Amino acid sequence: MSRPEDTLAADVHYDDVEARKYTTSSRIQTIQASMTRRALELLDLPSPSLILDIGCGSGLSGEILSQIPPDEGGPHAWVGMDISASMLDIALQRDVEGDLLLADIGQGVPFRAGTFDAAISISAIQWLCNAESSETSPAGRLSRFFNGLYASLKRGGRAVCQFYPKNDVQKKMITSAAVKAGFGAGLLEDDPDTKNVKVYLVLTVGGSAADGDITGVVEGMEGVDVLDARRKGKTTGKGEIKKGSKTWIIKKKEQMERKGKVVKATSKYTGRKRRIQF
Amino acid sequence: MKVLTLNFLTCAVKSCKSSSDSFPLHPKDAELAKDDVEINPQLLANVLPRLDWNALRTTSTELGFPSLPDQPPSPEDLTADEKMLQELHSLLMETQIMEGKLVCGHCGHEYAIREGIANFLLPSHLV
Ligand SMILES: C[S@@+](CC[C@H](N)C(=O)[O-])C[C@H]1O[C@@H](n2cnc3c(N)ncnc32)[C@H](O)[C@@H]1O
Ligand SMILES: [Zn+2]
Repeated sequence: MSRPEDTLAADVHYDDVEARKYTTSSRIQTIQASMTRRALELLDLPSPSLILDIGCGSGLSGEILSQIPPDEGGPHAWVGMDISASMLDIALQRDVEGDLLLADIGQGVPFRAGTFDAAISISAIQWLCNAESSETSPAGRLSRFFNGLYASLKRGGRAVCQFYPKNDVQKKMITSAAVKAGFGAGLLEDDPDTKNVKVYLVLTVGGSAADGDITGVVEGMEGVDVLDARRKGKTTGKGEIKKGSKTWIIKKKEQMERKGKVVKATSKYTGRKRRIQF
Repeated sequence: MKVLTLNFLTCAVKSCKSSSDSFPLHPKDAELAKDDVEINPQLLANVLPRLDWNALRTTSTELGFPSLPDQPPSPEDLTADEKMLQELHSLLMETQIMEGKLVCGHCGHEYAIREGIANFLLPSHLV
């Protein structure tokens, strides 16, 4: 199956024609609805909440949030972000109840700290693996997105992102960006090893750094594979990273990037000694 | 754009992240509409402690509404007070900015609102 993510920018792919085709397909409606219900199940929200829908498109995912009956903890209020004006236009025509923003999640999540009880994203974040322009890198966009999402969620909040990774490299790139932003993270796969496999990234925002086990919540969920930040974190123990080494440079770059500085993309040459050329 | 959302949105420009003037964004040339939304008392009680009440007072005044009390009600008071609940619901959930702009008090950036949707796409040098 060809992936539009590989060749087009999201707002170019989801033009008026594609947005309508996408939204009116009953097959797509059914799939998006069932994945949204699955994400909600993982969020496990006990009462009406304020939810961010990341890459909300024409509202197929968000409208489920508005429809949850009181005896199941709803209905929820939601704010949707999407980069495609055509998709949002269809959402307007469909009269969804969520509040909509035209925004690129790769540029960040412009809400003050602790705004949302929870966030969902259905079939959107794999788009971040493709740079939108020559000035941006997928790593930079992923880090801006996850850092922004982390801050916008209340402590103890959760996010569930269903996405379509192209391959294991992309899966890793996305999950490690989330862990780096501070999330406790786990991966859940429904129908693994089939062509209908669905991948859910389950993210938690720890109550406080002091309680240590930020992955505790994720760990308790059935079928969730825990991605432990601390396993990799071990190497960050004092004095273990040699100054000037590739790992050290990459760490520094991440720090700079988190502070919003522009850094050169990491390549196989990063941290290598430059030989004098004759 | 609902007034509720405006109470949580900040300027997206990089250099505004650490400035307190970048929140709340200020409506300009705003055309308002009122939607009929079913009231959800539990949701209101849930978001109440998270509202920035001072910012909400500012927004309410800037949109030309009568001024809000100095202090927010407690969630208990709110759930017990039908009238206050209705008023808060109407301001936060039903009042929409349909056209106009949101202006950052720090960098001056203007976010256009069309058909109720605010445009937060930034040119890359501001990210
Ligand atoms: C397959 S659609 C899913 C829409 C909706 N969540 C649903 O379940 O129907 C993917 C959406 O992600 C949006 N998207 C892709 N990249 C984005 C970005 N960088 N920022 C915001 N939205 C993005 C696209 O515009 C598109 O509407
Ligand atoms: Zn600003």
